Formats: sequence, structure tokens, C-alpha cells
Amino acid sequence: MVNLIWFCMMFAGLMVAALTGRVETVTETVFSSAEKAVGIAISLVSILTFWLGMMKIIEKSGMINIIVAILRPFANFLYPNIPKNHRAMNAILMNMSANLLGMGSAATPFGLKAMQELQELNSDKETASDEMCTFLAVNTSSLTLIPTTVIALRAATGSLNPTEIVGTTIVATFCSTAVAITFDRLLRRFSRNGRKGRNG
Amino acid sequence: MLQFISQTMAAWVIPTFLFIALVYAFLKRVDVFDTFVEGAKEGFDTSVKLIPFLVGMLVAIGILRASGALDLFILILTPVLEVFNIPGEVVPLAIMRPLSGSGALGIAAEILNSQGPDSFVGRVASTMQGSTDTTLFILTVYFGSVGIRRTRHALAVGLLADFTGFIAAITICNIVFR
Repeated sequence: MVNLIWFCMMFAGLMVAALTGRVETVTETVFSSAEKAVGIAISLVSILTFWLGMMKIIEKSGMINIIVAILRPFANFLYPNIPKNHRAMNAILMNMSANLLGMGSAATPFGLKAMQELQELNSDKETASDEMCTFLAVNTSSLTLIPTTVIALRAATGSLNPTEIVGTTIVATFCSTAVAITFDRLLRRFSRNGRKGRNG
Repeated sequence: MLQFISQTMAAWVIPTFLFIALVYAFLKRVDVFDTFVEGAKEGFDTSVKLIPFLVGMLVAIGILRASGALDLFILILTPVLEVFNIPGEVVPLAIMRPLSGSGALGIAAEILNSQGPDSFVGRVASTMQGSTDTTLFILTVYFGSVGIRRTRHALAVGLLADFTGFIAAITICNIVFR
């Protein structure tokens, strides 16, 4: 899919350039854009280095457990059918906490662990369970408090106030997560058809 | 007023967070600096790994822009976009966001770089990039890792959430930054 879109972007750009007689600008743009891209990546090094250092401190100090405690009632509401102290619940909570803090790279291993645990509770191993769908809904809508990479990117491109989008991001992410959770609840009974073991 | 609140809040979020994180770690007797350095090493690798994605996307959008194809694309969409107050520049980002995280980051970088991170379009693009995740990647990796083949309504919900995030980002930016 991404391959197709990238191809279309390049194809459309080159075609329009040829038709409008701007072919000479294409070569120029290739070089200048590539140079800019590397420049942005280098500026990202500074901020990401600092931030990932801080993230390691949070990971080691166990501060993530405070957030886990705050999220627990919310998780019990989202996943009423998972036993409260089941390993699946703990992995889900760690994944949510890491996402909230913008620790994307730490969230993925917890997420994969959560999927394994949910699969053990799943009666039909080839079809997603309700809990899996809810978990994916919360994850793809990405509930986040600190959009780390975007802040770094804004700083790298010379923003005067890189963090000014934190507030707007939180509002937008709450809207998308609320819609995801609502529609997950509404749609789950309709997509149960063909699911083994629940058609009784 | 809203912009003031948003900016003040944003200004306090990071310092407060750093303060709490450091004091908590210190009280828990974590070797703060050693740990910091250990984690910080990953920052370089992460940034360098992004270079191919950034180059690919910045060049593609750069050509689209220089050739006039992007203007043409936005011009065609203008009637629809105007109804919803959507800045045309962010449409390529909205299309790429659910499909590829690094691809979307590349497009966001191009928008911030060419339009300025503090422009209205730059702020909308930043909010969009931060507020949703890469639906297709998460679905593929998470379901794939445990061998789930029938994913039921998960894709529909993910894409709907992305669309909501996209509209919410534009709406809230229109309220706060206009």
C-alpha cells in the first residue's frame, strides 16, 4: 500500500513536471529535499537522545507503576472478562502506560506480550477475541499525553514553541480513542458471526 | 485565551514531568546519570534509522510540490476541503498516517520544514501526527504475532479512529490557534 502511494506520488510529480515544462526543477528538488531530510534527522538526534535517556530513568525507577495504578480501574472497565490479576491485564496496563508517556518503542514489546496472553484466553485461535479487538482499538487510536517524536520534529525544524501542540494533541487523541472504544463495543456483536464457540 | 492556556500548559508539562521523574528515580536510588546515558545511546540509532524514510518522503513530496502537482491536487479537492475548513496541505499526511508511521513522519517533516512548524498548517500537521498511531502496522504486527487471521471489526474501528483524530485535530486547531 505504501509502495503504491509512494509510486503514485513520484509518478504524478514527474508527469506534471514534464507536462508543465518544469523538468529542470525536478533534479534540483531531488538534491535539496534529500539534503533537508538528512538535516532534519541530524537535528532529531539531539532531542531524541535526551528524551530516550529520560525514558530509561523512568523505566528503571519503576515510575511507570504509578501510572499503572491510576489506569487499573479504567482497564477493568474496558476488559471486564479478563480476571483482575491475570498476566494479560498486567501486560495491557504496561502497554497503555508506555503509550501515555510517548514511549512508543517500550509499548510494542508489552503489546506483543499482551496479545500472547489474550491468545491463551481465546477459544478460537484464528479469530480475534473481543478483548483483542478492544486492545487494538485503544492502541491504534493511541492515547498519548506526550507526543515525543512530534515535539522533537518541531524543535528540529526551528519551532519557537515546540510543545505548544501538546494540548491540542491530547484533545484530538481523546476524541479518537473515545470513538474507537464506542464503536468497538457497538460492532463486536455484529462481527461475532463465524466465530467458533460462541454461536450457542 | 484558549491559546494562552494551551501554551502555558504546554510550557509546564515537560519541566514538571522531568522534575517528578528525576526526584522519584533519585529517591528509589537509581543511578540517574548512568541510566540516562544508557538510554540516550538509543537516540542516535533511532534518528539515523529514520534517514531513509525521511529522504524518500521528502523527495517525493518535494517533486510533487515543485512540479505543481500538489497544488493541482489541492485545487481539485478545494470544494470539499473548504466545507470542513481543512488546509489542503495536510491531506497527504492524512492519507499516509494509518498506513506507515515512518512515511507519515516523513510527510509531517516536509510540511513543518516547508510551511514552518509554527504556521497554522504546521500546527495541524503536528497535532495529527501525534494524536493517532499507525493502524495498519499495529494490526499486522499484533495480530500476526499470535497467528490471528480473522480480525473482525478491528480494521474498521482503527480507520474510524484515525478519521476522527484527523477531524478532531483540525477542529481543535481551528479553535485554539485561529
